[in-house]
Amino acid sequence: MEQEFQRSNTFWNRVGTRLCMTTTYSVAGILAAILFYLAWKGIGRLSIGFFLDSPIDLGREGGVFPILVSTLLLAAVALAIAVPLGVGTAVYLTEYTKESWVTMLIRFGAECLAGIPSIIFGLFGFILFVVTLGMGWSILSGALTLACMVLPTIIRTSEEAIKAVPASIRQVGFSLGATKSQVIWHIVLPQSRSGIITGIILALGRVIGETACVIFTTGISMEMPSSLFDSARSMAVHFYILAREGISMDMANTTALALVFMILLVNLGATILFGRRYSR
Amino acid sequence: MSRDDRKPDAATVLETHPPMPGAPATAKDLSRREKIIQQILSLTAFSAVFILGLIIIFVFKAGIPLIYKVGLREFLIGTAWSPTQGEFGILAMIVGTLEVTFGALLIGVPLSLLTAIHLSEFATQSTKSVMKPLIELLAAIPSVVFGFLGVVILVPFIRETFGGTGFSVLSAATVLGVMILPTIISISFDSLQAVPQAYREGALALGATPWQMVVRVIVPAARSGIITAIVLGMGRAMGETMAVIMVAGNAVVIPTSPLHPCRTLTSNIALEMAYASGDHQKALFATGVVLFVMIFLLNVLATALMKRK
Repeated sequence: MEQEFQRSNTFWNRVGTRLCMTTTYSVAGILAAILFYLAWKGIGRLSIGFFLDSPIDLGREGGVFPILVSTLLLAAVALAIAVPLGVGTAVYLTEYTKESWVTMLIRFGAECLAGIPSIIFGLFGFILFVVTLGMGWSILSGALTLACMVLPTIIRTSEEAIKAVPASIRQVGFSLGATKSQVIWHIVLPQSRSGIITGIILALGRVIGETACVIFTTGISMEMPSSLFDSARSMAVHFYILAREGISMDMANTTALALVFMILLVNLGATILFGRRYSR
Repeated sequence: MSRDDRKPDAATVLETHPPMPGAPATAKDLSRREKIIQQILSLTAFSAVFILGLIIIFVFKAGIPLIYKVGLREFLIGTAWSPTQGEFGILAMIVGTLEVTFGALLIGVPLSLLTAIHLSEFATQSTKSVMKPLIELLAAIPSVVFGFLGVVILVPFIRETFGGTGFSVLSAATVLGVMILPTIISISFDSLQAVPQAYREGALALGATPWQMVVRVIVPAARSGIITAIVLGMGRAMGETMAVIMVAGNAVVIPTSPLHPCRTLTSNIALEMAYASGDHQKALFATGVVLFVMIFLLNVLATALMKRK
């Protein structure tokens, strides 16, 4: 009886742990397969010319140069808006306030914003920036919408990074006669730089990969934008149109690879620069 | 001690010796600057709440009048959707969204929990150092790319194996199930890691096998974090648009089999927004309102669960 009990325990232990291991390897396998598939299908037409040529015939031929420029512009403007707001919020929450209903409200707002699907940001950006404020389908409308979308990511990661700075370092600053803002600017922010930049990188990845809310606010023009008020097309939107309307599967494969490659490069750059892994 | 021996205060010094240009600021200047900085920061701090308010105001203002006009009941449980003929019933989309979301959880939750348990409790350092970046990478792949992979790999596979067109609830749920893996794995991994080491030692010392330790001690102790992870993954699946549009088939019918095509709330908005106008456009905003309310309730649930710990 005793022995049988023990044998059953060992049996289930073996089943359970093996199941966990197999699942982990299958998940790893799925991920690796996705990456290999993208690389295998897309590598054929990937060349320097792909990045530097303009699209010809709706994107059947040529490259993605104006689309690449629009994507980078969109990302740069969105981050230029979201980063000061997000880091400012994080500094305020960690350095200037005690836990109260105000901080709870701000955190709750940020959490809710993080959970809102991008399609609702698209509706919001369309009705507010494109229609009500009269900006039309433009890079500016898109960037403002994307900035709203990534704000919670930047708030959360910056807050974590700032919280991790030990209190003793701040006290050294104060004891030398520095004011609060001096301590924040010269001590706290430089100390938490790598965490903050990690958040910015995550936000950048989301901005580059976003489709739903960019279509509604930036439009789909393939021309090279001459100002922030021009309609434009981002890489993700271009890829979506190529694949969905069946314009060219070859080019869609190549664009997908380029898109994933860009995001990979950004993430890798951050890891190399700051030598720190991040999650989520 | 005579009056002249006392140290002059800042104001007298300023009167007699005005500061050189570029000289350090006086205490008074500094404290005024501090005030201004604090005020600016407190303004930025409300940006998130402000944006949330704007979203609610603008999306609801565009959507609520139509719900009012059609009637909330009719709008929510009507099955006919032909917006150009003035029929606005989104029941099929609500059912589609729920089916796809729960399907995604059925596929994604077991995979991610077992992976998180393996990584947290059993895996060697080298497995961890390969898996963590791989999972981060998965989180960074844009949703359109997942949708595309679904179209070129999964849809033909389902068509050949189970019949039908392949564009189905099953395809959408599978794609979403893979997409929510990183969210659920990383959050539940963190909460498993947060279980004190003493719990593990205690369980093993009482003669539990490693598997019993995991099932009876570690997972229950990390329960609230794991539930939060699942709720967040659910929110992500419910709100996903582009991947679903590409693989779900988008027909406005209530799907009764996993192999039937379906349309979700999100894809309803994205598919028709490009050409909608008037009441039709308002109906899409109203769809957004319904989606917003569903996601909002989920988030409140997630926040409540997180606080309970």
